[in-house]
Amino acid sequence: MAQLLAIIWKALVIPGFLFMSSYGFLVEFVDRKLYARMQNRIGPPWYQPLADFLKLIGKKTIIPSDADESMFRNMPIISLAAIASAFLYVPVLGMNAVFSFSGDLIIVLYFLAIPTLAMFLAGWYSRGVFATLGATRILTQMFVYEVPLFISLLAPALLAGSWSISGIAAYYAAHPLYALINIPCMFVALVAFQCKMERAPFDSPEAETEIVSGALVEYGGRLLAFFRWGSDCELVLILSLFSAIYLPFMTGILWLDLILYFVKTLLGLFLLTLMRATMARLVINEIVRFCWKYLTPVALLQVVFNLLIRRAL
Amino acid sequence: MINAIIGIGYNHRGLEKACESRNYIQDLYIIERVCGICSHIHSTAFCMSIETLTGVTVSKRAEYIRVVVAELERLHSHLLWLGIAFHEIGFDTMFMYTWRNREKVLNLLATIGGNRVNYGVNTFGGVRRDFDETINAEILSTVDLLEEEIKSYLHLALTESTLAVRLVGVGKLSHEDAIKFGAVGPVARAAGIAEDMRVIEPFGAYKDFPLHVATDQGADVYGKTVVRILEMQESLRMIRLCIKNLPDGPLTVRVPRRVPAGEVLTRVEAPRGENIHYVRSNGTDMPDRVRVRAPSQANWHGMQHMLQGGNLADVPITIAAIDPCYSCTDRAIIIHSENETKLTDWRKLRQYSIDWYKKQGVDCSTLKL
Repeated sequence: MAQLLAIIWKALVIPGFLFMSSYGFLVEFVDRKLYARMQNRIGPPWYQPLADFLKLIGKKTIIPSDADESMFRNMPIISLAAIASAFLYVPVLGMNAVFSFSGDLIIVLYFLAIPTLAMFLAGWYSRGVFATLGATRILTQMFVYEVPLFISLLAPALLAGSWSISGIAAYYAAHPLYALINIPCMFVALVAFQCKMERAPFDSPEAETEIVSGALVEYGGRLLAFFRWGSDCELVLILSLFSAIYLPFMTGILWLDLILYFVKTLLGLFLLTLMRATMARLVINEIVRFCWKYLTPVALLQVVFNLLIRRAL
Repeated sequence: MINAIIGIGYNHRGLEKACESRNYIQDLYIIERVCGICSHIHSTAFCMSIETLTGVTVSKRAEYIRVVVAELERLHSHLLWLGIAFHEIGFDTMFMYTWRNREKVLNLLATIGGNRVNYGVNTFGGVRRDFDETINAEILSTVDLLEEEIKSYLHLALTESTLAVRLVGVGKLSHEDAIKFGAVGPVARAAGIAEDMRVIEPFGAYKDFPLHVATDQGADVYGKTVVRILEMQESLRMIRLCIKNLPDGPLTVRVPRRVPAGEVLTRVEAPRGENIHYVRSNGTDMPDRVRVRAPSQANWHGMQHMLQGGNLADVPITIAAIDPCYSCTDRAIIIHSENETKLTDWRKLRQYSIDWYKKQGVDCSTLKL
């Protein structure tokens, strides 16, 4: 019984859903503040993401008459649920995630695809012109970044000889120098994550000056709030995954590891925000070209390199 | 993008008609409000028209002050454009930076004229504001500061790869097409047409200090960007020359209230291109006809051609590249429906607004125009 309660506590509170959500709002604040400072603006106060969320929750939800109502209503929740489930397999405090089994990296990657697909379906079933266009762009973009993203996560896993995120983290924690080998694919993953989060320069699916806000244009009120919440959590998930796989430096002391976790994730966030602030939006065919021409080959080379090193060890 | 149909006409304000039912002094205030951005160049064109009709010669000092304000206005307009162009291609950081610089120019204009948009510098026969030592120093220090910033934009435009990827080859209007569609201003100059009213029909300081016309051969949005940045550098040079060589003299010359009968066509270079004012006088204190051909009106014609064959993602930046000024462009409303095409002219629009306000409980039909 006590064990069950402990698991529920871990899944729902710390380091589970509640931690992820609150850190998500914090991460959104840091992102917006950094972005603003890089643009020579003041930026929002720390509670702004939460205030935005609460205000959106209180707004009326309008569902377009052409839209498929059940799809329209359920997609935000499915997206959030997938992220919350995936987060349980990513180590936050120390080396061990709440749950782990050999092969959970694959599960997390599957879960990671769900929010994007949910957004696509949300746009598709909104039946608006901009929403449909945004939805197709989401799908096009998904096809091109998934490959380099998967390969760049595969490379460290190959070197570590484990398909579990906790296992990978543990391996690199034991051999911190090996983590340096993965630096090229770390950057590939970072760019692919940016692409996944649809942030500039890969924000073509929600380009506000072209297609208003893409797939989510018909959304408002509580449903939009859920999507926003989901994308904050997705950012936390991605940053945690990033820090677990590419920056697996740990001390073994709980509070020190927690601080390290924040430092590592915020470092990743800083790089993502810097990328967002310093580049213009790419056209969708440029994104396709960039991902296939540069990201995928680098990731593939890393895989070959890691396999050779694995052999030599 | 297979085809595009340009439908403008949502913002008609009836300014020309309004000018014809007011006296010249009142018209000056209306003309200044033709455009929210190039307010000064419109009033300059109108003042120059009236001065030609009455045969008044404006003092050199007044003309120099007009040139300085016009060039500051060009700076503010081009910086605004640059910011919007960056925003359209999703580069919000540069949008913030350019608008921060634009704010400096606006502050300067506010110091000169007391307002950020309608400076009210011009009057018939001269200018209403004088430059003293403090304003001169302020202008020169701002110009120095902007020089550095604009140099960095040029560097960015020439080296930043995501910018080139988004802009090169987009919204092309070739040399021949630019002539065919009658493009003006930076749109024409980006296609290699070295035409500028400041060179063709110079006045004031433009006569004394010849202008280098910036052109580009690209004919695309990238070319338009480069041309506008180079033009800003030219504006800075012009402002500096004007301030350093500001001649002494009276600010205004007396202009009679009644303008002799006649007609005049004045062409000046607005930030967006050639700006034409036609004024016909019948000898009273009210003009018989005022016609404003703002530069955006000339540039709209090539738009359909520029959009054809492009990507959807390039539409906003292609439209923004001519720096369209919607409020300058509209003269009447035409409504196409399946069976009929309805033209709503100034009189009908006015009646519509009177009826609309009557429904709201306000009767303005008794107001004299």
